[in-house]
Amino acid sequence: MEFPDDLKYSREHEWVLVEGKVATVGISAFAESQLGDVVFVELPGTGDSVTKDEAMGVVESVKAVSDVYSPISGTVLEVNDDLPDNTELVNDDPYGDGWMVKIEMSDPSELEDLMDAEEYQAFIAEAES
Amino acid sequence: MSGMGRSLRDKQSGLLLDEPLIFERSRSGQMGVDVAMDADGGEDLLPEELRRGAIDGMPEVSEPEVVRHFLRLSQWNLSAATTFYPLGSCTMKYNPIANEAAARIPGFANLHPMTPDDMAQGALELMFELQAMLAEVSGMDAVSLQPAAGAQGELTGMKMIRAYHRDRGDTRRTVLIPASAHGTNPASAALCGYEVQQLEGNSLGVVEAAAVRRAIGPHVAALMITNPNTLGIFEREIAQVAEVVHGAGGLVYLDGANFNALMGVAKPGHMGADVLQFNLHKTFSTPHGGGGPGAGPVGVREVLADYLPNPRIVRDGDRWRWRDAAPKSIGRVRSFHGNFGMFVRAYTYIKALGGDGLMRATRMAVLNANYLRARLQETYHLAVKGLCMHECVLTDRHLEPTGIKTLDVAKRLLDHGFYAPTIYFPLVVAGALMIEPTESESLETLDQFVAAMEAIAREARENPDAIHAAPTLTPVGRLDEARAARNPVLRWRAAAPAADDPAGDGD
Amino acid sequence: MRFLPQTEESVRSMLAAIGVDGLDDLFRDVPAELRATANVDLAAGLPESETLRRLRELAVRNDGASALSFLGAGAYPHFVPAAVDNLLQRAEFYSAYTPYQPEVSQGTLQAIFEFQSMVAMLLGLDVANASMYDGASAAAEAALMALRVQRKRERLIVARSLHPQYRQVLETYLQGVRDAELVEVGFAADGRIDSAALEQMLDDRAAAVIVGTPNFFGVIEDVAAIARLAARRGALVVTATAEAMALAAVRSPGELGADIAVAEGQSLGVPLSYGGPGVGLFAARDRHVRSLPGRLVGEALDSDGRRGYVLTLATREQHIRRERATSNICTNQGLIALAVTVYLSLMGKEGLRRVGLVNLQRAHRAQALLAKGAVQARFTAPFFNEFSLRVKDVDATLRRARDAGIVAGVPLGEWYPELADCLLVAVTEEHSQAEIERLAEVVA
Repeated sequence: MEFPDDLKYSREHEWVLVEGKVATVGISAFAESQLGDVVFVELPGTGDSVTKDEAMGVVESVKAVSDVYSPISGTVLEVNDDLPDNTELVNDDPYGDGWMVKIEMSDPSELEDLMDAEEYQAFIAEAES
Repeated sequence: MSGMGRSLRDKQSGLLLDEPLIFERSRSGQMGVDVAMDADGGEDLLPEELRRGAIDGMPEVSEPEVVRHFLRLSQWNLSAATTFYPLGSCTMKYNPIANEAAARIPGFANLHPMTPDDMAQGALELMFELQAMLAEVSGMDAVSLQPAAGAQGELTGMKMIRAYHRDRGDTRRTVLIPASAHGTNPASAALCGYEVQQLEGNSLGVVEAAAVRRAIGPHVAALMITNPNTLGIFEREIAQVAEVVHGAGGLVYLDGANFNALMGVAKPGHMGADVLQFNLHKTFSTPHGGGGPGAGPVGVREVLADYLPNPRIVRDGDRWRWRDAAPKSIGRVRSFHGNFGMFVRAYTYIKALGGDGLMRATRMAVLNANYLRARLQETYHLAVKGLCMHECVLTDRHLEPTGIKTLDVAKRLLDHGFYAPTIYFPLVVAGALMIEPTESESLETLDQFVAAMEAIAREARENPDAIHAAPTLTPVGRLDEARAARNPVLRWRAAAPAADDPAGDGD
Repeated sequence: MRFLPQTEESVRSMLAAIGVDGLDDLFRDVPAELRATANVDLAAGLPESETLRRLRELAVRNDGASALSFLGAGAYPHFVPAAVDNLLQRAEFYSAYTPYQPEVSQGTLQAIFEFQSMVAMLLGLDVANASMYDGASAAAEAALMALRVQRKRERLIVARSLHPQYRQVLETYLQGVRDAELVEVGFAADGRIDSAALEQMLDDRAAAVIVGTPNFFGVIEDVAAIARLAARRGALVVTATAEAMALAAVRSPGELGADIAVAEGQSLGVPLSYGGPGVGLFAARDRHVRSLPGRLVGEALDSDGRRGYVLTLATREQHIRRERATSNICTNQGLIALAVTVYLSLMGKEGLRRVGLVNLQRAHRAQALLAKGAVQARFTAPFFNEFSLRVKDVDATLRRARDAGIVAGVPLGEWYPELADCLLVAVTEEHSQAEIERLAEVVA
């Protein structure tokens, strides 16, 4: 399972790619593997404001459902419109074509609460055991 | 084996011909019933904007073809009558044929629910007596038969608990539910506006009084607890647990889903339960029907009797009548009187067994479950060590090195001619295989099942690929549920007409 | 005991395999004080012959079952072809459970898929679920669904002419549902909803209008007009049809603008059985599919590309979403849904059209025959196979009929004090011309 070093990770298993004031968000390879084949994705709308650690969307597999929490507060700039009709992208390419939203961050200092790849892997290992 | 599988699925010939949808058998002008008209016309009895002609898409099929269609479909089911069906938590016991005969006696089958009470005395007496029999088996004070299914019984019970608290001006908001509970428990509680607080069991899966004491408070309206729990273990601290809940002003909802383990063993009314539902389709042998109709009567202690659904049956000497006047009642949860046809079946069953027979049924069910547990606990990992009640929970842990998982075991069992146990439930056990044999199975059948489970474990080590490909002896192989959910096709539609369909019927 | 196959010998060898001495030892985890008081004190079991004798004794005291009856009010006598019950008695159907293992449950699954297709056609909507308990709880679930779909709207406007028991179930289901509010809209002189009052009540708090059609008085509502009013205010329209046979002759709720349509399916192949089991039909529009309560069966392909059927979109349901599920319902009303499917397959497109017309014809002829002199039709709006009569003295009329061996109808006064002089009469294809004339004689 891959956990790219250039990303940050949340305890709710979202990843964040930071480029200036914009954070791109998706769910980690660990999250998608736990869910299994993703069959449904519900995302916020462009322009919606989202709050750190609050639910902003839903991902579902055949037999599981999980909220997607926003790892960061801000305004949704862009939504991955391909996802709802191609939900397998979340499984096939979680860090690439399976991205979910781009958020204009209102408080970049919130990034400090996120984990780097190494910390995240340790976090998973602990949760698993 | 796989060669045989291919031949069974070669639907061009042989016994298992492919069976199309009934709509695909449709031929214009065919009918399965001859309906005599008094006269032509009649359409003009309705104003034009309300008239409906023949419904496009409805099948046009003759009677012999309709019968063949559904007979073939029936043959594609495994069922409790044809096969050992060890579906945990569902109590797939034998459904006596006499039950079916009784429900079809014209005096029951043709009785209209609005019949004046004095012309329905037999039905009323049957229901009154069934209430009393359920009260006796459970130790509860009063019973209403109205709820249509177990989940509706839960909803009824929780509405009553809510009404009880409101009556006292109490606005408690929380219901405690163990993590091992059925999903209907939190869903029913939520439908009554309650927040759910999860309770953890101890290492044996049992809810301890100490844990309840830590969670309890004046915010708790009720505890919902299943006994025996979904691990098949008797909640041995149930009486103390109930005391803790009652001490804090809460009530105890006992999920009666596993009542088949309790007849003659322990009465919920003596455990401190204030309300429970009976699943007549489990313990009292009414058929599961491929998923309903069930019946979910509720039994209560005196404290909740005023809140039972309306109407209630009352007895005046040797006459019975409906009374719809209990002011504190939560009201109705279903039209008319509940699933009466199921009451006739359950009544027939209880009369056939009597008190001793019911108690014997429980003992045999628990014996069968413990026998399977004893025989399989080396080959498979047992979730909770020690004796079980009416069901036991195994896991796939011992198969881990082989890569074979619970789902694979379940699918391979189908090739051995058995229905699969309940899998991946309870959620608190990873890879659960929940096995409930019921009292209806003989030692010989149980031994065949053990042999199949052992063969699968062997095959997992020797030839795991064969298991991954299972099932192969069924009409279809593993179905792609992910694809079905991504682009749901939930109904048949007629092929689109060549031109626009101006007379389209809204679909 | 005839249902228990274990021999004494088997029991002994099983106890040995388990490693306990006797059956009692299996229960040592159960506290002794509970076991001590657990005896089930019921009469001894009976052989099958005696059991059935007792059942027949009870059944014979239901004289209402053999009387000439014009009772309707949510349960209707219709002819059921013999093939329906014969197929229902296939134990492969009735002794199976929810199709958790689709590979060995294709019979049940395909039948439910056919059921969903037929219900969607009958109700004129895109998608139907695998069924609910009955028409009343289906109406309650529709109300809850409307609240989910409409999010910030909390008010449900319910027609007073909706079946009173449906309204009672609705009230019970809404107890404790946060902020939900039920308000009642009355009926006009013609028996249909008071549309002026409805227009006034509709505002941006209204989540849905819930209306029976035909309503409790047998009157067919003007669903199209209600839908126009509702749409103007952004409210949904929920229709509840207690007599599903009406769907054979009356334009479908979906076509007339209903967003959610439910019905009691008992009329379509199911015996009266003192009111249960019946089956709730439930249909809605595609865009609301994820808010549907209950089970859904969908088409799927197996590993070799063969068509099959599976339970699908299950993440809405209680076993996965638990307290956030769209409903607490666990199964559907499987076997009764099968009865409806077999019935509709046999009747088919033309049989259904005809039986709808026969009901319409006989009920209208009966009304014309009955509404003479002091007896009047109470309402003027169109009806299907049930109508309300104003009679001089309801009790006397019912008594007269009883003396002639007839149950003439349902008195409306129990639920509608303002209709205390009215009788609700249902006439179906099961009532012969001679029987209708017998009723006319005693009512006149």
